[in-house]
Amino acid sequence: MNIFNTFLFVILPYLALAIFFIGTIYRYRNVKFQISSLSSGFLEGKKLFWGSVPFHWGLVFLFFGHLIAFLIPQSVLIWNSHPVRLLVLEVASFAFGLSMLVGLANLIYRRSTNDRIRVVSTWMDYVVEGLLVIQIILGLWIALEYRWGSSWFASSLTPYLWSIFLLEPRMDVVVAMPLVIQLHIIGAYLIVLAFPFSRLMHALVAPLDYIWRPYQRVIWNWNKGKVRSTATKWTIHRPRNN
Amino acid sequence: MDVRSQMSMVFHLDKCIGCHTCSIACKNIWTDRKGAEYQWWNNVETKPGTGYPSKWEDQDIYKGGWEKKNGDISLKGAGKLRGLMNIFHNPHLPVIDDYYEPFTYKYLDLIESPAMTDQPTARPVSLITGKPIDIKSGPNWDDDLSGTPDYARKDPNLLKLSPAEQEAMFQLERMAFYYLPRICNHCLNPACVASCPSGAIYKRGEDGIVLINQNVCRAWRMCVTACPYKKSYYNWHTGKSEKCILCYPRLEVGQAPACMHSCVGRIRYLGVMLYDADLIHEAASEDENNLVDRQLDILLDPFDPEVIASAKKNGIADSTIKAAQNSPTYKFVKKWGLALPLHPEFRTLPMLFYVPPLLPVMASLKEVDNKAQSEKMDPIAKNWNDNWLYDTSTEELWGTIEQARFPLKYLASLFSAGDEEKVKHILKKLMAVRIHRRGITVGDIDEAKVKQAMNDTGLTPEAAEEIYYLTSLAKFDDRFVIPASHREQSIEMLDFTGDAKGTTGFGFKETPARGA
Ligand code: HEM
Ligand code: SF4
Ligand code: SF4
Repeated sequence: MNIFNTFLFVILPYLALAIFFIGTIYRYRNVKFQISSLSSGFLEGKKLFWGSVPFHWGLVFLFFGHLIAFLIPQSVLIWNSHPVRLLVLEVASFAFGLSMLVGLANLIYRRSTNDRIRVVSTWMDYVVEGLLVIQIILGLWIALEYRWGSSWFASSLTPYLWSIFLLEPRMDVVVAMPLVIQLHIIGAYLIVLAFPFSRLMHALVAPLDYIWRPYQRVIWNWNKGKVRSTATKWTIHRPRNN
Repeated sequence: MDVRSQMSMVFHLDKCIGCHTCSIACKNIWTDRKGAEYQWWNNVETKPGTGYPSKWEDQDIYKGGWEKKNGDISLKGAGKLRGLMNIFHNPHLPVIDDYYEPFTYKYLDLIESPAMTDQPTARPVSLITGKPIDIKSGPNWDDDLSGTPDYARKDPNLLKLSPAEQEAMFQLERMAFYYLPRICNHCLNPACVASCPSGAIYKRGEDGIVLINQNVCRAWRMCVTACPYKKSYYNWHTGKSEKCILCYPRLEVGQAPACMHSCVGRIRYLGVMLYDADLIHEAASEDENNLVDRQLDILLDPFDPEVIASAKKNGIADSTIKAAQNSPTYKFVKKWGLALPLHPEFRTLPMLFYVPPLLPVMASLKEVDNKAQSEKMDPIAKNWNDNWLYDTSTEELWGTIEQARFPLKYLASLFSAGDEEKVKHILKKLMAVRIHRRGITVGDIDEAKVKQAMNDTGLTPEAAEEIYYLTSLAKFDDRFVIPASHREQSIEMLDFTGDAKGTTGFGFKETPARGA
């Protein structure tokens, strides 16, 4: 049992993270052409709205929720110190989770029933969406069963996750957690593992720099100030490849 | 003054015969691939008509281009706020049915069919799903269908005409149409570039060609919405957007783009224009009635010593300046004032200009007594030897333009943001050139009339001759003035030329395979 736990909560995360970093960086540097959101809205646009929008907005909020609990756990604990606020947090998270689930269900339904979308689907799309559906259901289950889940995350899981990142893995807390939460953790590792091999790559290239970039872009093949200058250097080097 | 050079185009619409050779030349080279079957970087549509994609000019539907609000311009259907809020689902993205679902026929069924009592048929199948489809539309589905209720009468430009004018336009005897070939306009204020969240679309500094970097495009698909001309296309298979590249690999070796090279009607002209990049924003933000004039204002005179000096300071090569001086597009657009941009009100400052068509406008109509006329018909040739319905004689000079069977308002809606005077002035000039030439070749026009026509339009006989030459006789090198692209200079910036030379042809190429 211990070996099994070690594999799931220590080896798997390192494996997932290593593959995530090596894989995504390799793919970004070498097969850039294949990084795309692979939008299918051009083939079907109406049903996509009821899938993609609730799914992604729910995801954005829950992603930041998890991120805050990971980076500044005290903030969550302080917020949850008041029962009403705890309730607000849990209800809000549950609502976003539900929005994700409804959205993803619509996406999966659309992907598997629309002839045109089926043509542009790979088996990896189904794997990813399957993983995500399981992950969301587990998340909702936790929210429903363990109302103080958010505090638990901040107080117990955050130290565990940090221990992974600080290369001193301590899995004692996780091993004592209920099974649903353990499965949710394993699910997260599998999703991280899937990034370099799937369309999830698109999340890593979210176009945030658009916000501060000027609208127009002009690219010069040469430096327009220097190109006519008579002072350009004449090199005595021989070509490197001759 | 920030002088830049731009490859610009002029299409002479009177000369287009609607043969679609241009579209085929382009398709064969660039878009005969999976995911791009439906894309026509060059397409030719019949006007009046709905065009491709259907009703693309109606920005209430497609939300393309810029709009002016409180004195400044912003993208109508994309941009930083709107684009990022809609990134998970773009509500203004056209779907493939707005173009057409690409299809082929199962030809093999004809050959492989066993012996039967009935003839085998080749059923149409979708090129997307591979399943049999009922073809609802296809490339040039509305070709030559002027007057039909489904196409011509749904032309968005007709909204500017009164119902009575529309009715009159579509009376059978009056009906006229012309062709409108379209490619990407390689705009000075491109909406596609501005809308791209990943910054994949850019304008090349040295020649102004607008390109999409296929390695940076992430299918946020905002450019498809933002381009008011619908000239950025989404490849549904690769998950990348694509557009006309003005055949830059051909231009770089001095060849004309394929559509222009192959153009049967020789309607196409290509040349360099120098412009002042500092004034782009101002010109694009101008009031609608001044938009065309302001756009023409920022195109600079390549003979002006001040312009030449600034161009040199900006690194523009002498050969490019020379090409700008010989540019046929400069002559049509600036020197003679004969060409206008398509839908200037979209505010992208398109650099493809059109000489508006005179022919559908020229003939005037007479009221006729049908009964009396039918008795006059030649019983054998089944025609009339008088101009009983259409009067195409030039005697009336301008009279015919004003009572044209094709309302000028319609042309003005396409080429001058509704300013009929601009279109009328150009048509008069085109007419004056004809009158001038007829005076010379046929000699049946009174000299005073020729003079009057020239005076009215401010043309000199020399200018008329030049226009006549470039319109009717021009050779390849007159129609396409392509400067050397000086790639060697761009290579010098990055590498030792000896290295670049020694490695040409070597390197790695990635197949454009779809991601997962
Ligand atoms: C903030 C960053 C993100 C952006 C901007 C983004 C944007 C998009 C876009 C534009 C699409 C294509 C929708 C279409 O078909 O038109 C898409 C699809 C998808 N995204 Fe995201 N996404 C982001 C983050 C994520 C994350 C973190 C995940 C999962 C962990 C995810 C999972 C998916 C899935 C599964 C699809 C496929 C939906 C389908 O068509 O079935 N996305 N995303
Ligand atoms: S015509 Fe459209 S695609 Fe071409 S440069 Fe202008 S905005 Fe961009
Ligand atoms: S090839 Fe020339 S004449 Fe023929 S349709 Fe195209 S633009 Fe018109």
